[in-house]
Amino acid sequence: MKKLTFKKGIHPKEFKKITENLEIREVPIPPRVIIPIRQHIGAPLIPVVKKGDRVKTGQVIADSEAFVAAPVHSSCTGVVKNIGNYPTPISPSDTCIEIETEEKEEFDFDLNSNIDYKSLSKQEILKLIRRAGIVGMGGAAFPAAVKFSPPKDVHIDTVILNGCECEPYLTSDHRTMLELSERVLEGLKIIMRAVEAENGIIGIEDNKPDAIEKMSQMVINESGISVQAVKTKYPQGAEKMLIDALTGRKIPPGALPFNVGVVVSNVGTAAAIYDAIVKNIPLYRRVLTVTGEALENPANLLARVGTPFSFLFDYLGGFSDDVTKLILGGPMMGITQFNLDVGVTKATSGILVLGKRKRRKEFNCINCAECINHCPMFLIPTKIVKFAKNSIWDKAEDYDAMNCIECGVCSFVCPSNIPLVHWIRVAKARIAEIKKSSGK
Amino acid sequence: MENKFNLILESSPHFKTKRSTPQIMYTVVLLLLPMCIAGVYFFRWDALIRILLSLVTALLTEFIFLRLRKKDVSSVFDGSAAVTGILLALTLPPTVPLSDVVIGSVVAVSIGKQVFGGLGYNIFNPALVGRAFLQAAFPVDMTTWVKPFYFNLDSITTATPLGGFKIDGASTALKKLILGNTGGCIGETSAILIIIAGIILILLKMADWKIPVSIIITVSVFAGILHLIDSTKYQDPLFYLFSGGLMLGAFFMATDMVSSPITPLGSIIFGIGIGIVVMVIRVFGGLPEGMMYSILFMNCFVPLLNRYTKPKIFGEV
Repeated sequence: MKKLTFKKGIHPKEFKKITENLEIREVPIPPRVIIPIRQHIGAPLIPVVKKGDRVKTGQVIADSEAFVAAPVHSSCTGVVKNIGNYPTPISPSDTCIEIETEEKEEFDFDLNSNIDYKSLSKQEILKLIRRAGIVGMGGAAFPAAVKFSPPKDVHIDTVILNGCECEPYLTSDHRTMLELSERVLEGLKIIMRAVEAENGIIGIEDNKPDAIEKMSQMVINESGISVQAVKTKYPQGAEKMLIDALTGRKIPPGALPFNVGVVVSNVGTAAAIYDAIVKNIPLYRRVLTVTGEALENPANLLARVGTPFSFLFDYLGGFSDDVTKLILGGPMMGITQFNLDVGVTKATSGILVLGKRKRRKEFNCINCAECINHCPMFLIPTKIVKFAKNSIWDKAEDYDAMNCIECGVCSFVCPSNIPLVHWIRVAKARIAEIKKSSGK
Repeated sequence: MENKFNLILESSPHFKTKRSTPQIMYTVVLLLLPMCIAGVYFFRWDALIRILLSLVTALLTEFIFLRLRKKDVSSVFDGSAAVTGILLALTLPPTVPLSDVVIGSVVAVSIGKQVFGGLGYNIFNPALVGRAFLQAAFPVDMTTWVKPFYFNLDSITTATPLGGFKIDGASTALKKLILGNTGGCIGETSAILIIIAGIILILLKMADWKIPVSIIITVSVFAGILHLIDSTKYQDPLFYLFSGGLMLGAFFMATDMVSSPITPLGSIIFGIGIGIVVMVIRVFGGLPEGMMYSILFMNCFVPLLNRYTKPKIFGEV
């Protein structure tokens, strides 16, 4: 049988063996947590606690009235020590709530709750998802309740759970599917109910045969739900590529998954949705992979939001001195960090500690067309970059800069070592700015 | 906490392929070696001296221009000048005066490449610019051919298979054409070696297969039709394919990344264009050989081809 996949893309070395067989370990409560209040794409939140307040685990500490938003909860029990600007993984300075933790935990939610989601209406489910602060945990951090509320005239027929985890090194979704399989499946069923979809597909890259087998067994008696193995290829986990591979539907430029009747959710998000609806637990901790060759003991961890990276490294026995890069996320799309005190966020799927790497010289573009041959969006990255380097933004837009999904494939394959995707990001930001200022 | 580990801040991705531009260039150099060896085998010292002279001159010219342009001179060894130097030598007659070799090599690297802005910016294939200059400036030197295995003072002049056919209607055995035991340029005579090296280059994904394939198909169809019309006046397609610089041009010059299109459809049109132009020159034009001019001619159209063959993006209808 021909393997399900998308066109073009690349095969980076995986490095998943390091952590794929390690069980998820729960990290102890750190002495303090630094919780950024901006952990989603959308409207900014406002802190609802004050300095000196005592907060319980799972208590809302920042919220917003806006539709596109997701509240943030305290991940520990303790006292608010400060509300102010701290570095976060995505910003050098942003509002965070620092909490000094106490060992004895009190919970803001009922530990014994066991709600039958079938008794809840679509609207009630969406409300609970929002209340639990759930965002896309694959990295995008888009509020889940908003994603599951498409315009009224749209019919969603398929919910896809993204278990591809196409980024090298990361294994948190893999372990989630193996260890939290039931929660993942129930989460999928809740999402299907919320968007009134008939079909559910769990798409898993074929480099995780154990996860495919486990999930396949789970869905044997479920009607409308299937597990599909997809070819291991980067960026298979990108929404558009996954929908194409599993359903053959191609999202037109500028459109969203719901335009082709699909919503996609990360497997970790599904598990969090199960926790939120059935167990009443808000999203205050998550599974993440902490790995890389400069780390003594790589691991898959269950860590609370706001846990400083330095605490995780200490917990794992530190890293060697030849560390050169600290990356939030995977090596293809992750963001480099320089501060070890930033905290884990809802969208932190992994932390990567890389050792010594040879720096390579940048050459001129030689028109080899490797970027064109591998771009999963069929763009001409080299053209966009040449326009961007010369600040010709309208031409960059003509060459579809705005449709770039920033997967990094072009930079990966470039023999001249040109940071293509970086320039495309610059172009996208500039084009957006120009559009905004011209009022379009 | 301060950045005590000297952590690098960089935009993603943090992974890179192992392939690099110098690696591509030196692989091309390596794959040109069989033709160099064949050239030396057929034309002995004459060939060897010209290959080395052209190579050294190309590197020196590159160095001087990088210095003048205040660029990083270590780029001399990025391999691109080496490719130009060797390619130029392979397209020269084995007994061309050494001064011509030097002039051609200097022109190739300076006017062919550096004046446009160096690596990646040239519109034309640099080696062919050098050769075109020599053809215009020293037409006699560039069309004096010797028989293989005769060298130095005893060299016996001969015609190339294409020239012989054009002028006298003389035909050359196909076996000779394929092996390369004919009069011709240093590295162009052995079609079989060029094809093998070219296929390796394509398998390594360092040349676009669409370009040589579309050239070969176009030439075959063009020559095939003519041959069917009048087989006494026109040779069969195999003669046109295996003679002159067609194979070297198709596999190693038209596929030059810098001066060939970047879009898939553009590459096909580019190859078809070269095939048509080379046959028009060979059959209807005044010159026996037209590979050089056809590639240079189609090089002009590359920016246009790139612009008008922009592929549809994902999901676009």
